[in-house]
Amino acid sequence: MKDTDIKRLLYTHLLCIFSIILSIFIPSLFLENFSVLETHLTWLCICSVFVTAINLILYLVVKPNTPSKRSSLSYKVTRFLKCCIYFLLSCFFFHIIFVLYGAPLIELVLETFSFAVILSTFTTVPCLCLLGPNIKAWLRVFSRNGVTSIWENSLQITTISSFLGTWFGAFPIPLDWERPWQVWPISCTLGATLGYVAGLIISPLWIYWNRKQLTYKNN
Amino acid sequence: MRLGSGSFAACCVVVEVLGLAVFLRGFFPAPVRSTSSSEHRAEAPVPEPAAGASSNWTKLPPPLFSKVVIVLIDALRDDFVFGSKGVKFMPYTSYLVEKGAAHSFVAEAKPPTVTMPRIKALMTGSLPGFVDVVRNLNSPALLEDSVLRQAKAAGKRIIFYGDETWVKLFPKHFVEYDGTTSFFVSDYTEVDNNVTRHLDKVLKRGDWDVLILHYLGLDHIGHVFGPSSPLIGHKLSEMDGILTRIHTSLLSEERKALSPSLLVLCGDHGMSETGSHGASSLEEVNTPLILISSSFERKPGDIRQPKHVQQTDLAVTLAVGLGLPIPKNSVGSLLFPVIEGKPMREQLRFLHLNSVQLSKLLQESVPSYEKEPGFEQFKVSERLHRNWIKLYLEENSSAALLNLGVKLRRQYLDAIRTLSLSLSRQVAQYDIYSMVVGTVVVLEVLALLLLSIPQALSNKAELEVPLLSPMFSLLFYLMFLVLSAIHVIVCTSTESSCYFCSLSWLTAAGVMVLISALLCAVVSALSEMFVDGKLQRKNTGPSNSRWSELDLLILLGTMGHVLSLGASSFIEEEHQTWYFLTSTLCLALCHEIYRNCFLGNCCEPGLGGAVVALQDEDAGKVHKSHTPLDSLRGSEKWMALASPWVILTCCRLLRSLNQTGVQWAHRPDLGHWLTSSDHKAALSALSAFCLVVTFVLLQRRCSRTSRVAMALGLLGVYCYRAATGSLLLPWQRDKAASKGIVEARFVYIFILGILFTGARDLLKSQVAAANPKCKAVGLWEMYSGLALLAALLLRPHNLPVLVLSLLIQTLMTSFIWKPLGHDAAEVTVMHYWFGQAFFYFQGNSNSISTVDVSVGFVGLDSYMEIPAVLLTAFATYAGPVLWAIHLVNFLSSETCRGPAMSHACFCYALVCSFPVSVYIILVTSLRYHLFIWSVFSPKLLYEGMHLLITAAVCLFFTAMDQTGTRSRISS
Ligand SMILES: [Zn+2]
Ligand SMILES: [Zn+2]
Repeated sequence: MKDTDIKRLLYTHLLCIFSIILSIFIPSLFLENFSVLETHLTWLCICSVFVTAINLILYLVVKPNTPSKRSSLSYKVTRFLKCCIYFLLSCFFFHIIFVLYGAPLIELVLETFSFAVILSTFTTVPCLCLLGPNIKAWLRVFSRNGVTSIWENSLQITTISSFLGTWFGAFPIPLDWERPWQVWPISCTLGATLGYVAGLIISPLWIYWNRKQLTYKNN
Repeated sequence: MRLGSGSFAACCVVVEVLGLAVFLRGFFPAPVRSTSSSEHRAEAPVPEPAAGASSNWTKLPPPLFSKVVIVLIDALRDDFVFGSKGVKFMPYTSYLVEKGAAHSFVAEAKPPTVTMPRIKALMTGSLPGFVDVVRNLNSPALLEDSVLRQAKAAGKRIIFYGDETWVKLFPKHFVEYDGTTSFFVSDYTEVDNNVTRHLDKVLKRGDWDVLILHYLGLDHIGHVFGPSSPLIGHKLSEMDGILTRIHTSLLSEERKALSPSLLVLCGDHGMSETGSHGASSLEEVNTPLILISSSFERKPGDIRQPKHVQQTDLAVTLAVGLGLPIPKNSVGSLLFPVIEGKPMREQLRFLHLNSVQLSKLLQESVPSYEKEPGFEQFKVSERLHRNWIKLYLEENSSAALLNLGVKLRRQYLDAIRTLSLSLSRQVAQYDIYSMVVGTVVVLEVLALLLLSIPQALSNKAELEVPLLSPMFSLLFYLMFLVLSAIHVIVCTSTESSCYFCSLSWLTAAGVMVLISALLCAVVSALSEMFVDGKLQRKNTGPSNSRWSELDLLILLGTMGHVLSLGASSFIEEEHQTWYFLTSTLCLALCHEIYRNCFLGNCCEPGLGGAVVALQDEDAGKVHKSHTPLDSLRGSEKWMALASPWVILTCCRLLRSLNQTGVQWAHRPDLGHWLTSSDHKAALSALSAFCLVVTFVLLQRRCSRTSRVAMALGLLGVYCYRAATGSLLLPWQRDKAASKGIVEARFVYIFILGILFTGARDLLKSQVAAANPKCKAVGLWEMYSGLALLAALLLRPHNLPVLVLSLLIQTLMTSFIWKPLGHDAAEVTVMHYWFGQAFFYFQGNSNSISTVDVSVGFVGLDSYMEIPAVLLTAFATYAGPVLWAIHLVNFLSSETCRGPAMSHACFCYALVCSFPVSVYIILVTSLRYHLFIWSVFSPKLLYEGMHLLITAAVCLFFTAMDQTGTRSRISS
């Protein structure tokens, strides 16, 4: 593993963070009354689109994983379609989990679903970009000692930190402060975003500090 | 002395219960209460004392005022009226205070300075303790004697506008009322306009005797903007205008009616510099109390500083003013200036009435009342009074008689002051000394438990309790001496009136011995651990496996829950915490299962079933894989994969069964839908289905006799509910609802039968040790007997809670815990978490009002205290208890693993006592919090009850463990 790899990782992550910041400030130029809290759904959509786009671009530019041998067009198309289906499935999956966690079943469906979408954007989209639609590889990455490159390692860290952010984001909901951001699912989406950003920052640093101990099977 | 970790834990919890009991006694001092208060007999008023010939004045004196208007302004601080703000914003009131026909006082409110207890204090004259809230569990209505009750009994017409609390406290007392809610703190205009809008009409009408207005706006401004906000001034001038209106209207009325009326302006509590209240700072405690009436004479140029009085003095003054008997539990003394203008004989009569009432209360609440100085003074004054009346009746008024009267009056006032002081001291404060003693005991036990974790969870599951070492004895005697010295010093200081001092010396000494022994045990455990730690560090390198994610979650969840208890909203919504934790737990288990299933064999083929991985050398790289799911067959494997999702779905369903807590309690839920009379058929079908499933799940491991008993018992449960009218029977329509006593007793018989067979099987297994199956059956029968009891006691719409708990337990046992091979500690904590979640699934919450007291009457003709309390306790804690008993069942079925049961007992004790111990520290530090009464105190009671239940469970564990070890040894 070389330091250049880590540097590349850092730059891509900074770009991702930048895209999130852009999603907060750019829409207010075009849309009236735009604010993250009040027009939360709009922001969620925009943020999701921005992050997905930047992830795709980075994937195409950086190409972190070794390109597969077969590269026929039809293969690529099926792969892309599969990715879309996986993304949708993950959205529904997250939605179900939120409902199981206690989100209202009927009211606020749209809010809950867009929350599921943004969480999928933070977790599933990078997974799809990096690992492709391959459940076994996902399970491998997310079990202990299963990572094989710094990209996978950083993927693991960002995903777990977004989940943790979401998890901690639910904490303020029962408090009686009557703040606008305590409404479902705003605190959770904010938590997820913060967790994702934190993961993006932490993972290159963590890999840099532990570069001596980290040995990957394939490197 | 060597002890098994199970019995050690049980002992610890029992001691902890004792400590908590002492703490609770200090935290909730018993209130001064007249024993006859519950009956409210109309007693004949005390006649005027007379020597020889009886006085002809036996009736109560006539009322001083024909009408009384009470204007209560919430959070009115004394300097808002008497200070510079008052001069600026309340000109009319200041004028009245300085020059008008009014008496002004600074009334001191006792903490907790919160509205509801303050209203009680104003109207009953007593100092309410939290115990009162507990005593009348379901109805918040005030059962005590109060001015309003007396006024209503005397046929006075009372009108009330303002804070809803009054309407709850005094239902049916008002001929007309309009309650405003204090829920929206940010509203400070509308809430007061809703009161004022009635004013014109009511003042014009004049067909009332008592008018009470409670304005909340000032308090709301205080909470949001603080006491120095300019809005306060606006509000004060608004209030001044209202007072002016009322006063002028009263004056014009008086001119017509020729009898004086009384206008009272008061506050319930003050406001701290930050604008909140609840604690005992001077700003929160001091409130103005102004009595305005044309009958008060005021010499021009007579400037008086407002005198300091107690808030409780208002009740007796109002009673006298309205010509009513004084409320029985009042500890207040009459505000003398009110009766100053009356003739001497009447003044003495009023003072006599007040002192008689106080001395009666003293007799009932203090055993050694005759030694009290106030009582002696009272006796002396009464004798003098008798002589004075004799003189008065013999010769008409003279200067000598007046002089004598003035002397007697002073005597009376002294007696009343002393009596009132000694009475209010009984309840006034938290009894810090008892609280400290209790806390010390609890904390020492917790420290002991924490320190003995490594030993208790070792494979031997035994630990050394160093009771007789020499170091121990020296420290012990020293500690004991020091503690006794402290005890003597604290108890002989005159100010205190603590519970712990009123105990006999022997008991106190016993507690001292306990405290010092525990301290020594803690110290020796500490030193041992220190030495051990050093040795171990030398001997072995970095051993121990890494913690699994599940362990981490369990640890973090427990810590997080304990920390959350410091916030009032997290206590109100504690169910959310548990639901959140159990859902996360399910997901973590799900992750573990899937990893095991898909990766367990392919990644590390050599490590199948390696629990040995604990001792493996390179801990960093080892995959601590559990026994994989290979042992399960195909369909079972699928069940294992699906079970976390089934459990999650069950929990989600249960969650929408009963909405509890505060913020979302009003949301529609399935429970309300089912209990509404339109859906009786659905409820009946559901209950029948639930009872059938309960039978199917429970009968698997019972013996044949108990199986039959179980079926009949469950049938009986349905019949009982049908008899009480909450369920339908297809063959009988429109039957009058009965109490269902026969049916309920029918079920009780089967419950007792099943429990008895279970106990017999357990005993049998102890005698004939060779048969471990017998023990499992016996335990399961105990468990199903309790489940049947729960089915009887839980409301029909709560039967799904029981069924799903049985279902989840079955799924967990066969597809998660057994195949994945969790150790006893993990399984215990999971049981505890689910038990807590089920406590809330039942519809419980941390407020006292959700306790279902009707359970205490199931199968009983009349109220019998002990069975009712036991039944209510069991029904409330059915979830945690059933899960705990299931834990015993689960662990005893795994006979191979030796110390599992004692480990489980130890963990259970630890996991339950940790929150309690931390909570009592939290609650002590928050004792002046605004919500101490409404949120923290009920939670404290729940925690205490929970600890008691835990102690019982731990004792049961130990008993089972003993029989287990004995059979193991002899086999
Ligand atoms: Zn108040
Ligand atoms: Zn308030």
